[in-house]
Amino acid sequence: MPRIAYAFPDEVLEHVFSFIHSDQDRNAISLVCKSWYEIERWCRRSIFVGNCYAVSPVMVVKRFPKLRSISLKGKPHFADFNLVPEDWGGYACPWIEAMASAYPWLEEIRLKRMVLTDESLELISKSFKNFQVLVLSSCEGFSTDGLAAIAANCRNLRELDLRESEVEDLSGHWLSQFPDSFTSLVSLNISCLGSEVSTCALERLLAGCPNLQSLRLNRAVPLEKLVNLLGRSPNLVELGTGAYTSEMQPDVFSDLSRAFVGCKQLKSLSGFWDAMPYYLPAVYPISSRLTSLNLSYATTESPYLVKLVSECRNLQRLWVMDYIEDSGLEALAVSCKDLRELRVFPSDPFGLEPNVALTERGLVSVSEGCPELQSVLYFCRQMSNAALVTIARNRPNMTRFRLCIIEPRKPDYLTLQPLDAGFGAIVEHCKNLRRLSLSGLLTDRVFEYIGSYGKKLEMLSVAFAGDSDLGLHYVLSGCDNLRKLEVRDCPFGDKALLANAAKLETMRSLWMSSCNVSFGACKLLGQKMPRLNVEVIIDERGPPDSMPESCLVEKLYIYRTVAGPRMDMPGFVWRMEGDSALRVS
Amino acid sequence: MDVRSRNEEVSPQLLDLIPKAKKEWRMNEEGRTQNNKNTKKDKSCCEERKLELRLGPPGGEDWFLPHNHNTKNSDESVLYLGYFPSQQTEKISTSPWACSSSSKASSFLQFPSCSPQSMPEKKAFSSSSSANPAVSSNISQKRTAPGPVVGWPPIRSFRKNLASNGISKTAHETQQQQNDVADKVAGKKPVVDNVGKGLFVKINMDGVPIGRKVDLNAYDSYEKLSSAVDELFRCLLAAQRDSSAGGIKNKEEDEEKAITGLLDGSGEYTLVYEDNEGDRMLVGDVPWHMFVSTVKRLRVLKSSELSAFTLGNKQHKKAT
Repeated sequence: MPRIAYAFPDEVLEHVFSFIHSDQDRNAISLVCKSWYEIERWCRRSIFVGNCYAVSPVMVVKRFPKLRSISLKGKPHFADFNLVPEDWGGYACPWIEAMASAYPWLEEIRLKRMVLTDESLELISKSFKNFQVLVLSSCEGFSTDGLAAIAANCRNLRELDLRESEVEDLSGHWLSQFPDSFTSLVSLNISCLGSEVSTCALERLLAGCPNLQSLRLNRAVPLEKLVNLLGRSPNLVELGTGAYTSEMQPDVFSDLSRAFVGCKQLKSLSGFWDAMPYYLPAVYPISSRLTSLNLSYATTESPYLVKLVSECRNLQRLWVMDYIEDSGLEALAVSCKDLRELRVFPSDPFGLEPNVALTERGLVSVSEGCPELQSVLYFCRQMSNAALVTIARNRPNMTRFRLCIIEPRKPDYLTLQPLDAGFGAIVEHCKNLRRLSLSGLLTDRVFEYIGSYGKKLEMLSVAFAGDSDLGLHYVLSGCDNLRKLEVRDCPFGDKALLANAAKLETMRSLWMSSCNVSFGACKLLGQKMPRLNVEVIIDERGPPDSMPESCLVEKLYIYRTVAGPRMDMPGFVWRMEGDSALRVS
Repeated sequence: MDVRSRNEEVSPQLLDLIPKAKKEWRMNEEGRTQNNKNTKKDKSCCEERKLELRLGPPGGEDWFLPHNHNTKNSDESVLYLGYFPSQQTEKISTSPWACSSSSKASSFLQFPSCSPQSMPEKKAFSSSSSANPAVSSNISQKRTAPGPVVGWPPIRSFRKNLASNGISKTAHETQQQQNDVADKVAGKKPVVDNVGKGLFVKINMDGVPIGRKVDLNAYDSYEKLSSAVDELFRCLLAAQRDSSAGGIKNKEEDEEKAITGLLDGSGEYTLVYEDNEGDRMLVGDVPWHMFVSTVKRLRVLKSSELSAFTLGNKQHKKAT
């Protein structure tokens, strides 16, 4: 094709594009014309694949030959709550292998909810000469042997973050595999590991890495050792303690306090397993510096807890157990005017009676007192429409609202009405709401509200709610920006699903379990929509050919894809297409 | 609202279903009845119905748009997802697929919602079970507590074991175990410590820095556990002695000394455990199955230091 005289040369365009970082903008650029597509794909350095099955590794490597950073997500979100069976999928291996041969200069790999083996970790450690960042969020399938390979071979490693992964803990010796010459570590998160890590190895590592800013230890690191470690890493910005408990010794207390003060950049604290009230005040001297505090493992009821939280006047993020109670949240609302994110976890999620004085009042107080509050995750045992309306009116800037009323289908405890009006107010007032999780007693009406008002909603989680297909229909037809919908135990069925089939291609994924979707509808959907993978998870191991059309499907996962059926489905997952179910293995 | 009479119609049009859907919805608003819920279950569970659905652009079509086509002879311009289920005469009982999922789902729909006396613990389902025989068997018995629901409340596994201090033992323990069982049935390991099908608990030994894990399900008696502990730590202990002796291996001391007397206090070491309330107990006092259900971790302590350790409450018990 002849070059048009007045067009920019490729190099200029490439330089311009290098200022564009957001994925959406990059995608938009690539759609302008063929030559822009070509230029853009050669200079794209980082991609995010929200569903690892939406595209294949081969396709990615073919389109983007020069990637430096890749993020992948595997299993559906409900896998976090054991709704997705073992061996469902989400294997990172094919991706790692493809990248090992295509991207010798790959620097960053971030995986979430994927299965990763020691072999893959070893392959990573040996294939990428300038490998710097490994983040494994809620992953599994690997052991500390794989970590040893990373430690031993990645000379330029900056970040090793194992957040909430399930690691087979063979021993703590892997940490000793970092060579003596290793200096590049900036961030280390081993909080999910069970076994003891050699403190000597840790101390040696910290001594050699002056740029360490984030250190999250695991529970097995005792409090006394923490003091030494803090002494060796004075530049820490984020710290995750180990078990925050010990014999009550005043000199340990004062050493600890001094160590905290010595880390002059320290802004974020987490860990605090088994937190003893005696040692909580050791944090007081630095409380005004803290912007993030994660006390969600601190199983301690204590006025010290509330005092600590109230002292952190610059707190932006607080994760805490419901031991904080309404009174503690009221104190939080008075003191922490910069609070942006609050998460309150249940201390006794399976108990029948409330064990703490935490109700909707705590959340209402915070919504009133904290003008910057945008993100909420709240577990409680009672809620009212009035409270939700108040919260909505107080905080129209809310962007993430996840409420879990522990008992399914619980109505407004004051009026015994469904909570439709309350959640309706949330979606109506919070015009930038991107994420919403519902609970309590809800009829189809709440979905009508969500469909009408939730125009910016991207992710919706629904459980034990609704009356009929109308509920699902309202959401699928009304929420223009919906990307992820996950539903469990709702009477949503074929009608709404089939009528909104085309919507599903505009979304990343839909999960439905224990709903009223029939096998026949799944087959029909799979037949008519070739660019969706309609995957049915069944309990029996046999082929679903003998399953009657009208029989209900227990678990259904639908996602858009350009990669066709996936090749790694286990025996209990079937892809629906046409008259017979297909499983390619 | 009698669903069965509607089923006798030959082929209801979409138009017919829509006003009914609206009506149903309004009825729910005014006075929710169990009957309504049951009829919805009737509609869905393995019964014949004929639906005609239109595949349209997302959100762009009015759900209530009337159209006049006959069900079978569809219009070429519009893609129909005609849904014609199997014959009326198909009996569910002969099919290997027992549609068990429907009754599972329906049990959650039976929570009485608007009754003023609905308390969390007592859910007596006395409602119109006659309307749907498939459901009645689930709700005929009185329920004193909600059964274990897989994945509910939605918290991660690693958070579940944190708050086991000071909660009333029976209720929490039963529920926790039920949930763990339910989680296992769902096919995923529920607790970080449970690997595969075993009941793994950590075990630490005085003088040995690295802890190990034992699978309690592999043993059925204290004797077997004791000998397993012996095997587990014998080599490690010997290795520790070697290293503390400066690495010089003496031929005479090469033999590993067996670790005996763990259970009766006669040996150099004694086996103790921490239960789910955080108390430290001597192993062997309670029946084996009770031990297995309450043990959270094990420790092998030097017998000489037993009295120094508080065999009792943990330092910070929950204030009542």
